Amino acid sequence: MKYADEFRDKTIARGLARAIGAEAESQSEYRFMEFCGGHTHAISRYGLEDMLPANVRMIHGPGCPVCVLPASRIDMAIRLAERPEVTLCVYGDLMRVPGSQGKSLLTAKAFGADIRMVYSTLDAIRIAEQAPNREVVFFAIGFETTTPPTAVMIRLAEKKWLKSFSVFCNHVLTPSAMHSILESPDIRNIGRVEVDGFLGPAHVSAIIGTEPYEVLAQQFGKPIVIAGFEPLDMMQAILMLVRQVNEGRHEVENQYSRAVTRKGNRRAQEEVSDIFELRDQFEWRGLGLVPHSGLKLKQAYAQFDAEMRFAMHEVRVADNPACECGAILRGVKRPVDCELFGTVCTPEIPTGSCMVSSEGACAAHWTYGRFRDYQLRRA
Amino acid sequence: MCLSVPAEVAKILPDDMAIVSIDGISKEISIALIDDLAVGDYVLVHVGYALARIDPAEAERTLQLLQELGSEGQDLQS
Amino acid sequence: MRATAYQRKLDVKNGRIDLSHGAGGRAMAQLISGLFHEAFGNEWLARGNDQAAFDVGAGRMVMTTDGYVVSPLFFPGGNIGSLAVHGTINDVAMGGARPLYLSASFIIEEGFRFSDLKTIADSMGEAARAAGVYIITGDTKVVERGKADGLFISTTGVGVLADGLDLSAEKARVGDRVLVSGSLGDHGTAIMSRRQNLAFETEIVSDSAALHDLVALMVAAGGSSIRVMRDPTRGGLAAMLNEIAHQSGLGFRLQEEAIPVKPAVAAACELLGLDPLHVANEGKLVAIVAPDMADAVLAAMKAHPLGCDAADIGEAVADNHQFVQMSTGFGGGRIVDWLAGEQLPRIC
Repeated sequence: MKYADEFRDKTIARGLARAIGAEAESQSEYRFMEFCGGHTHAISRYGLEDMLPANVRMIHGPGCPVCVLPASRIDMAIRLAERPEVTLCVYGDLMRVPGSQGKSLLTAKAFGADIRMVYSTLDAIRIAEQAPNREVVFFAIGFETTTPPTAVMIRLAEKKWLKSFSVFCNHVLTPSAMHSILESPDIRNIGRVEVDGFLGPAHVSAIIGTEPYEVLAQQFGKPIVIAGFEPLDMMQAILMLVRQVNEGRHEVENQYSRAVTRKGNRRAQEEVSDIFELRDQFEWRGLGLVPHSGLKLKQAYAQFDAEMRFAMHEVRVADNPACECGAILRGVKRPVDCELFGTVCTPEIPTGSCMVSSEGACAAHWTYGRFRDYQLRRA
Repeated sequence: MCLSVPAEVAKILPDDMAIVSIDGISKEISIALIDDLAVGDYVLVHVGYALARIDPAEAERTLQLLQELGSEGQDLQS
Repeated sequence: MRATAYQRKLDVKNGRIDLSHGAGGRAMAQLISGLFHEAFGNEWLARGNDQAAFDVGAGRMVMTTDGYVVSPLFFPGGNIGSLAVHGTINDVAMGGARPLYLSASFIIEEGFRFSDLKTIADSMGEAARAAGVYIITGDTKVVERGKADGLFISTTGVGVLADGLDLSAEKARVGDRVLVSGSLGDHGTAIMSRRQNLAFETEIVSDSAALHDLVALMVAAGGSSIRVMRDPTRGGLAAMLNEIAHQSGLGFRLQEEAIPVKPAVAAACELLGLDPLHVANEGKLVAIVAPDMADAVLAAMKAHPLGCDAADIGEAVADNHQFVQMSTGFGGGRIVDWLAGEQLPRIC
């Protein structure tokens, strides 16, 4: 695959690993948070941890939209799907996420709810066109990457006069969450994460550009390197972070220049700002209520807003108290620090959101990396 | 987050759609989010949409840099 | 075969299954004789009994059963009928046995097209003839519209096993080699390419095939140094090796670069966020073979068209945790785990 295989070269990787090892000062510890679940997944899938020196540690951040969706929003979607007139279209990732009663969309489907898995927002449009007598609702989730396709879908629905089509909007914003990790009273109480730098999102940044991170890097004095999702991209970005730390710099650098510019994809940004506006706050699993971190449909598109159309309301629910997802999403704890990990909580029967999505820190560690726990114990 | 793969634009279709190909598979996607795409361009495909154009010169530059960094690392060992 | 008492021909071109075709009356008899007997044609069916009697040669018998509910029913490289025959033959063959006879039971949804049923039955007959096995008894039921996804088939197969051969997962030993007969994920990819909402174009076709000839060559070359064989169907190679790891109490260590995966399969998996090692195969087998005979068995596999891309992909290792581990092509290590839940395309 062009523009992927070249960035998976084993020989270059070994050289890069040695360069990182040589430049990382042995007496210092480097803790870098990869914000994005795509990075978390790739780190586990390619076994990147095996190639980094022991004093360079990756902390998995909250950058997986499935993981950060609170149980209350899943409950809302389940209640909606249980309405007899509703057909709910969802991305496959969401099917097994547990709501507050241990019920998921997959179980709701088994009990008769009309839930369809879709690959693209265009599929939801097609379903709505084919079933004009059904209330077809698209369960929209995702960061800045996945929001523009939802915007295009809403515009299409308007153009096609789809009268019984709407969107349950759960789109969230990356910079707000990074800000919250670095500086929120809630997190300060639990223990602030010591992070020396961030691996910035690849595809989110293709949309928003590198500019929005500049204020974060300045305000908090942390380097941010935007990195592609291929393993060599990540290793190069880690090397760039190590260099910034060594030189006392805290800049936004762009390793993923083949797809990311400073200004991002203007057309996609315009589509999004035409249709969506900021919510005052939005609940993130693990981070709590984060100000200005979620999107909703503008008044002009209210007819497509499922929350208004069906008078949906959110009932906040507490997460399982033993579940450490909150701390893990912030990078305060690691999956193995949670007593549920691998006992009552596995990808087959996930308790918390980090175990559900394959990008979640717990699922990635369980699926690809748990053998290392035993190696450590043996050693 | 955001699973996405690089794909080559094989054919431009009406209504902001296009056929892209990835190593022997081809798929119809929306190109509503990118201006002025041409056959032969590479794009990142996410949930059935082209999200960004891949800049071949920048890709080449990154690869070059990776080669250099990689071989510097090799030298360290030898 | 020759039609007997029923003269009116089935309208195979335009007709459809209705409830009378499962009701035990004349319509059902006509369907069976006009369509299934025609397709499967053999002396046992011709006798028209509810069971088939056959002689059994020396050795031990092997029996297996399987249900087929594939959607879509027709896919690049085959259909539910050829799949049902190949799949059941393979389950018999994985025991090292020679498959002999099959039964086939059809649960058909009201409204199903005769023409489709005929295509499916014909390809079953063809697959069976090509493999030298006979479909000697069967059953037909019709259910109301909406109660089946077009057509379900379940097949049972019997075969004979040569004396002295007893393949079983617990026989795997540390150091045994893991051999795979060809590229992984072709069937699942071909199926996914035709699923609504995923649809993509690919030249990949299902690998659906009967593997008993290949197995016979392997058994001739390796005998009981072949510890166990399995076909990695649902859940793919990952599920199959994890099963064997649990049954044998061992772990496995694989080399990612040695595992054959076609570029288009890899690309489809990247697009959908799936792992080719979780994707189903219907014409591939994996053999765990004692190290001293592994090369001989691999050579035998490569000599057969269905094994020409065979590869040695790893080994059995001692591991209390029974992990299937893999050295990635990139140079790191990872686990190859069971697929969690259903195989769902991911956005992220």
